[in-house]
Amino acid sequence: MELGPRIIFRIGSVPISETVCWSLIVSIAILVFAFLATRKMQTVPHGAQLLGELLVGFVYKMVKDVMGDISDKFAPYCGTLIVFLGLGSMLGLLDIRPTTSDLNCTFPLALVTFVLIHYNAVKAQTARGYIKELSSPYPFMLPLNIISDSMFPVTLACRLFGNILAGVILMSLVYSGLQTASAALINVFADPDFSRESIIPFFQIGWPLILNFWFDMFEPILQAYIFTMLTMVFIDNGRHPVES
Amino acid sequence: MTGFTGAELIAAFSSLGAGMAMIAMAGVGIGIGFNAGKTVESTARQPEAQGTLLKLMLIGVALTETAGIFALVIAIMLMFANPLL
Repeated sequence: MELGPRIIFRIGSVPISETVCWSLIVSIAILVFAFLATRKMQTVPHGAQLLGELLVGFVYKMVKDVMGDISDKFAPYCGTLIVFLGLGSMLGLLDIRPTTSDLNCTFPLALVTFVLIHYNAVKAQTARGYIKELSSPYPFMLPLNIISDSMFPVTLACRLFGNILAGVILMSLVYSGLQTASAALINVFADPDFSRESIIPFFQIGWPLILNFWFDMFEPILQAYIFTMLTMVFIDNGRHPVES
Repeated sequence: MTGFTGAELIAAFSSLGAGMAMIAMAGVGIGIGFNAGKTVESTARQPEAQGTLLKLMLIGVALTETAGIFALVIAIMLMFANPLL
């Protein structure tokens, strides 16, 4: 079983995998949707504009609930995260490897979040306050706090990656198992020279949709939401340290 | 004793290790069950807060799940991307 993303082509010696290609395609699709939704805007929206307004309204409200007064500055980033990660993870519905089942997709986003958290923490409470916050409650806790802070992007990236990859593996196991079952049933009646791949996998019809719904729709939305939520909560926490 | 090559032994013990890593899921199951149980309890006590509680529960479940996902990532690494082989 091959787990990694396929290499589509190479630029010089740099391999370009399907993750990169599909990430670009998803980004372009989002851009095109945003472009189309903002043409010929009406006071009473319908169609693409309605969907866009619902999405933007949802994101702004969500960010405002968590971050309060500075929410407008961070809402675009959070909205980008939730839309890009959600759509990227839902590619499994089209029998495409989800972009987020590659650590190379999730880890850079987690790093961006990490940089944002610490940049805003230093900006909000000055370098001195930042170091004081790091070495709280006691100065000897400084290395421990640094380790726990630097583990944050790793957990953030691995959570999304692990969840989506587990779904991908499980779905491929289910589908190959059903194919084997179909082949076994056919072999009872037909001659054994039938090759396994040429048989129509009729057990795969219909019911795996339930699993698809869970692993390719519910789980991606939930994980994208959690990624975004943790980003917001940690940026907010960094700006307002807990008073001790 | 039949002789095993090093690679065979590593493969065998990696498979065992992958299975053992998934024991971590026991703790995750307990954690998520606790989480959901408490949510049901709170909802019964205060049904109008259900929306907020559900949101909080989902975040809590996802955070709890992280431990299990780490175990899963390690098991997948042992099975498919073993650095020792």
